[in-house]
Amino acid sequence: MLNYIWSFIVVISIICSVLLGNTENLSNALINSGASSIELILTMAGIMCLWSGIMNIAIDSGFTSLMAKIFSPILRRLFPKLDRNGEAFQSITMNVSANLLGLGNTATPFGLKAMEQLHTLNNKSDEASNEMVIFVVINTASLQLLPTTLASLRQAYGSSAPFEIIVPVWISSACALFVALIIACTLNLRKR
Amino acid sequence: MPIFACTIVVFGLVKRVPVFDSFLKGAKDGFKILYSIAPTIMGLVFAVDLLRASGAIDQLSAFVAPAAEKIGFPAEILPMALLRPVSGSGSTALLTSIYQDYGPDSFAGRVVSVLAGSSETTFYAIAMYFGCIKVKKIRHTLVAAIAADMTALVASVIIVRIFFGY
Repeated sequence: MLNYIWSFIVVISIICSVLLGNTENLSNALINSGASSIELILTMAGIMCLWSGIMNIAIDSGFTSLMAKIFSPILRRLFPKLDRNGEAFQSITMNVSANLLGLGNTATPFGLKAMEQLHTLNNKSDEASNEMVIFVVINTASLQLLPTTLASLRQAYGSSAPFEIIVPVWISSACALFVALIIACTLNLRKR
Repeated sequence: MPIFACTIVVFGLVKRVPVFDSFLKGAKDGFKILYSIAPTIMGLVFAVDLLRASGAIDQLSAFVAPAAEKIGFPAEILPMALLRPVSGSGSTALLTSIYQDYGPDSFAGRVVSVLAGSSETTFYAIAMYFGCIKVKKIRHTLVAAIAADMTALVASVIIVRIFFGY
């Protein structure tokens, strides 16, 4: 998919610049974009490595599992049919709490495991179960408590208060998740 | 943020985890992730820079601006809103281009920040999770996920307006 989007963007820009007569801008951009992308990568590098390091302590010390325990009562309501001590539910809570801590790369393996276990519980049917729908929908909404990369980018581009967007981000995420869950749960009622 | 970092380190100490070793391992993984996404970011920053320089974004913004203004939606963020569900690196490239052009503390800058923080790469997540178990009939997953993205888009504009008093 990205193949098409990327080539579409490049082709459109070239056509547009020829039509608008600013091909000079385009050649400048061509030369400068290498440098600006390296700058962006370096900006992200610092904060990503630092937080990956700190978050690894969170995983090793069991902080993530503690979070999972705190969130399990809430998640239980979303997955009433799952066994609370079953593997599928455990993987789901670990995935959600890792996501909350911004540990995307820790969350994904748990998420894949959860999907496999849900698949087994669903008798390997080729149709998604209600639990799968809800779980994937939770994962398509952003749940991060501390958007560290976002804040560091804001700071790098000269924001006077890089973290001022945190509360709006929480409210907006909560709205998105709420709407998605309402739709998913309502449509889940149609079957079974 | 510093309090949170401190809490985790202290928690690690209490649990007798070799905190610094653990930190080093995590930081190394951070580098690995960055190493693997760097070419993607480079390619997409290139594409987005071309798009900006060609004037295509300005044309598109000018085209939707009258309609966008009526509902109080900043036209500058439209490309980002469109790319966000598809590509994380692509939307990062667009995010920084808006920061560059308008500043992170401008109205558009704040709205894209909130949008970036409250939405996900929806299509990628759905493809990955259902792909791994080869389930093709995903029922209403897509509808609900897209509804989440639309809500995040509308909510980020409204919340930034209320929160920062535009």
